[in-house]
Amino acid sequence: MNWQRHREEHLARIKAGSALAKGKIVEARDATRLLEAVVRPGDRVCLEGDNQKQADLLSSALLAVDRTKVNNLHMVQSGVVLPSHLDLFDNGIAKRLDYAYSGPQSARIAKMLFGGKIELGAVHTYLELFARYFIDLTPNVALIAAVSADRDGNLYTGPNTEDTPTVVEATAFKDGVVIAQVNEIVDRIPRVDIPGDRIDFVVEADKPFFVEPLFTRDPGAITETQILTAMMAIKGIYAPYGVKRLNHGIGFSTAAIELLLPTFADKLGLKGKIASHFALNPHPALIPAIESGWVQQIHSFGSEVGMDDYIRARPDVYFTGADGSLRSNRAFSQVAGLYACDMFIGSTLQIDLDGNSSTITTQRIAGFGGAPNMGSDPRGRRHPSEPWLQAGKEADPDGPAPLRRGRKLVVQIGETFGEKNVPLFVEKLDALALAEKLKLDLAPVMIYGDDVTHIVTEEGIANLLLCRDGREREQAIRGVAGYTDVGRARDKKMVQHLRERGVIRRPEDLGIDLLDVDRNLLAARSIKDLVRWSGGLYSPPSKFRNW
Amino acid sequence: MEDLIFHHTTNRRASGDRSLAIVGVVASGNLEVLAERVLPDNHCQVEIRTAAEGFREVWTAVIDDFVERYAPGGLKLSINDGGARPDTVMLRLAQAVSVMEEQQ
Repeated sequence: MNWQRHREEHLARIKAGSALAKGKIVEARDATRLLEAVVRPGDRVCLEGDNQKQADLLSSALLAVDRTKVNNLHMVQSGVVLPSHLDLFDNGIAKRLDYAYSGPQSARIAKMLFGGKIELGAVHTYLELFARYFIDLTPNVALIAAVSADRDGNLYTGPNTEDTPTVVEATAFKDGVVIAQVNEIVDRIPRVDIPGDRIDFVVEADKPFFVEPLFTRDPGAITETQILTAMMAIKGIYAPYGVKRLNHGIGFSTAAIELLLPTFADKLGLKGKIASHFALNPHPALIPAIESGWVQQIHSFGSEVGMDDYIRARPDVYFTGADGSLRSNRAFSQVAGLYACDMFIGSTLQIDLDGNSSTITTQRIAGFGGAPNMGSDPRGRRHPSEPWLQAGKEADPDGPAPLRRGRKLVVQIGETFGEKNVPLFVEKLDALALAEKLKLDLAPVMIYGDDVTHIVTEEGIANLLLCRDGREREQAIRGVAGYTDVGRARDKKMVQHLRERGVIRRPEDLGIDLLDVDRNLLAARSIKDLVRWSGGLYSPPSKFRNW
Repeated sequence: MEDLIFHHTTNRRASGDRSLAIVGVVASGNLEVLAERVLPDNHCQVEIRTAAEGFREVWTAVIDDFVERYAPGGLKLSINDGGARPDTVMLRLAQAVSVMEEQQ
């Protein structure tokens, strides 16, 4: 009986690849030949495509392989982000796909799935896919990206560490092959993010890997309605529950909240009482709150373009390495958001009458990313906190306190009509039509209604914890759905009754006057204001420089 | 373009003594409201000129709610709409009434 087949196969692959290498170093022009030497037909391959950082050189190199040598690959990667990620399927190099996020390729991936070009395993959350790397989707080969390497293969990832430690852990310790593309090979790297004995080959790229600025929101584009919903969220949810530990989505409504902390929330005397500990990417919109002393600490999934110098100068707030730069880690930050945060608040595209939400339309499949983990009540949580206990009490006021589960606050915030006057509220999610069309067992629901605790729109806050049956829940949702079809079909009497019970709260019930809603409440009203707040340390990407 | 006119009776006069106010701007997703105190105290008229056609039902609902909430008796409100969403319409109308309430 041979118990070491995988190790022997690993050694054979390394031997084949070593013919092209000097030590571990392989020239960029030999990258495709290296892949032909180490990748076998039918392999599970993790091509590092994260939320932000992309192993773009290795992706192009894989696309150029001889199809008779490398084919039928099973891609297991969190982000399908670059066009070349999908070209692999068009060219017959890859066949099957398990992934988590496909934002930038959402239209094309939908077409390819409908056309049968891709055999879909499943669309996951980040944590689920990471989990499966260790159970039944362990990669045979991982193609990853880092900033620099030394000759022993020690890697420095820089601020965008993201998924790399997780991918390498799963591959290297199960006899898989790990190949890293780096921007440069140096004698001594600034810090060791990945130890060299986990890396088999290093390829020096001719240009830095691609990073997508995903988390920059121009304060100039925030609408008055978003400011109003942000004011309501602060006064109607953050304050009464005393939410200190939280995660924000990436939309404009939560950017508005970030920019109202040093102004509106400060006037309410909430400093130190709310929004002090975050699982969050380095959002530029949070700079004014940080500078005003609101934020104690932030752990990040990834980084953000232009924030490096600011982060370096604020190590009391961010997690940084001995070299001074940010250390992000998607898996750990997702776990932090799931278990150590008392609230998730974010936007979505569609909400149905049960409170289920989805960002899927029949033309676009953006995947899940991290929102379903952030936006769900973790059943395995055991540590108490005030907001968690309070939410649990509202959901089950008569239950015995020592045996009552707390609840995570899961808040959906948005305008009743989104871009191009598309209604946020619908009778039936497009996700259901998509599931029928693709014959999926599960409709791609981003956040399930039974996890949602509050819905905030410009019309009011619906507290679903206080609803006692499905009918109340439906009317509470209709009661904040504004002038959408769903909103206009409300039972006015019942909505009035729900308002009297505090299930629905209007701006005036919270002491917010529509006429106080003013862009001057935003601590920064432009990207340039954010630069000013940062003392010139924030350096926005060129597409956001409009001065 | 579509033109809509709504007539309402109200149970009181809009307070203040200003005779004219303009709020908002004509831009995509926004609107301009001209408020004039030219009607009998129990009457309100809203005239809408909008770039987005086919939204009569929504306008009817928004204007009904506005009149119920703000009782803008005596005001003629003319809206020049650039495809604003209902929440923005309500906000601008509320702002117009508020400016009319200011003392001259």
